[in-house]
Amino acid sequence: MRPDLEIIQQWIQPDSKVLDLGCGDGSLLHYLQTTKNVHGIGLEIDKTNIQHCLDRGTNVIEQNLDEGLSNFRSGSFDTVLLAQTLQALSKPDHLIDEMLRIGKNGIVTFPNFGNWKSRLYLASRGRMPVSKFIPHSWYNTPNIHFCTVKDFDALCRERNIKVLARTVVDLEHQGSWYMKAWPNLLGEIAIYHISKDTD
Amino acid sequence: MPDSIPTDSVGLVTPQVYKFDEPLTLRSGKVLLEYELVVETYGKLNSEKTNAVLICHALSGDHHAAGYHSESDSKPGWWDSCIGPGKAIDTNLFYVVSLNNLGGCAGSTGPTSINPETAKYYGPDFPVVTVRDWVSSQLRLMERMEISEWAAVVGGSLGGMQVLRWAISYPDKVRHAVCIAAAPKLSAQNIAFNEVARRSITNDRDFYEGRYLDKGTYPKQGLMLARMVGHITYLSDSAMRAKFGKSVSNFEQDTAENFGRDLRSGKLSFGFDVDFQVESYLHYQGERFSKNFDANTYLLMTKALDYFDPTVDFKGDLSKAFANSDCKFLLMSFSTDWRFPPERSREIVADLLKAGREVSYLEIEADQGHDAFLLPIPRYIEALSGYLQRVHRENESDAS
Repeated sequence: MRPDLEIIQQWIQPDSKVLDLGCGDGSLLHYLQTTKNVHGIGLEIDKTNIQHCLDRGTNVIEQNLDEGLSNFRSGSFDTVLLAQTLQALSKPDHLIDEMLRIGKNGIVTFPNFGNWKSRLYLASRGRMPVSKFIPHSWYNTPNIHFCTVKDFDALCRERNIKVLARTVVDLEHQGSWYMKAWPNLLGEIAIYHISKDTD
Repeated sequence: MPDSIPTDSVGLVTPQVYKFDEPLTLRSGKVLLEYELVVETYGKLNSEKTNAVLICHALSGDHHAAGYHSESDSKPGWWDSCIGPGKAIDTNLFYVVSLNNLGGCAGSTGPTSINPETAKYYGPDFPVVTVRDWVSSQLRLMERMEISEWAAVVGGSLGGMQVLRWAISYPDKVRHAVCIAAAPKLSAQNIAFNEVARRSITNDRDFYEGRYLDKGTYPKQGLMLARMVGHITYLSDSAMRAKFGKSVSNFEQDTAENFGRDLRSGKLSFGFDVDFQVESYLHYQGERFSKNFDANTYLLMTKALDYFDPTVDFKGDLSKAFANSDCKFLLMSFSTDWRFPPERSREIVADLLKAGREVSYLEIEADQGHDAFLLPIPRYIEALSGYLQRVHRENESDAS
């Protein structure tokens, strides 16, 4: 399993209802179904991934996240996941609002553009960073809305979103004390557990 | 005729007739005192009787879904592309049950049967049957076969509507509902096309108010017209362009495209006879259909479509209809289907989600319009196959 998914699954309650936005090949949902008896549905647009989901036996709906989630009822899921998809959405802020309308809580992961490697790449070469993790050039990338840990924190403050937990990890998905100390500089993947701030 | 029966065919099959003498009260309030259902089965029922799959047919379908009736059959059953050993609905794993619905004309009791009360053909006296009535009769068949639960109920178009009815009325008897190219209810446009078809039949002078069999004739022209208009709605514009756009004439050389306007004899007649290939194709389809299908059955089937509305008991709210449907769902639609387009399937999916149901949904890119659900489109077949493998796996793990 992709290591960020390893961290996510710890925040998901047994027997809960989970909606996975951009569920990929369904491996996380399948894992949650078998280990936590989760009732899950995934949304995906990639045809190969959709077939993988069917083959695995996870429920999958062919639906483009950019066309909205109006077919989902408010409060109809416990947890709504958005793993490594935020940066590819046309209106990421809108989707996060929708996540927290549909789910009691949400989990968001994204590549942290504030990581020192990205900063160094841009600063030294003057070109958009290309790495093993984000291998696309600026003109053909599906990732159109990069953000940093600081940017996401700011969005949460503006939208009254409560951050229940935040972890940053490197590409091997190892956390450490220094990443906790300087998450925006050292973290390569940010993982947020959020809910609506109802206070 | 195939030179030899293919290895992935269910082979030669023999239909069986089930007689029912317990009266069936229909949705209209009328009662069928007794009736017969003609049924084909493929594959073997396992000892726990947990691997039965029900196939529900569409408007012009029947019980003969797969295999051949005799060595001299030119074509296999209507869904042979999906049913057979190793196929999407794998007869090595499943016991597949396929019947001709009540009111049909392929062997089950319908307008072409003899009415026991009059000793004449039922003809127009055969009561109007609805999707709900079909499912009630399918339930009786299931009980007769001593099957307590379907591993899956599968159907496309009008067949998909029977699947929805099963999931709504008998959710404890269905583990998986597979509903393909269907709609939650017909649109005004759908009903309009059906009415044109019905009018063309009833206005045929050989219709004799439905008693044409007593007169030794049938409304051939009316049935032809009904099928022609129906057939147009099953195809997409792009499918017709491709099918009838193969021979580009001299004057079209520059564009090498004739928009599906292949000529029948290479030139225009400047008369009112058939000029274009699409015209003679529709005539051929209509003619072939009129020889094999009963006009009263066509009227009944189109009415069953028009009347289908599972929300009628739920104040118009389909999600409430699914409140107890705790089977799992797979829905599929086809991009160029304009009879029951993808939006109609998405409506069903939205109401299933609203009801908190477990559902999968795929929108298959296909040029063939509504007809696509009968065709071996790779992504469609692969998806159906993958899903039914899951049904099988769940069966196995429940048993162990």
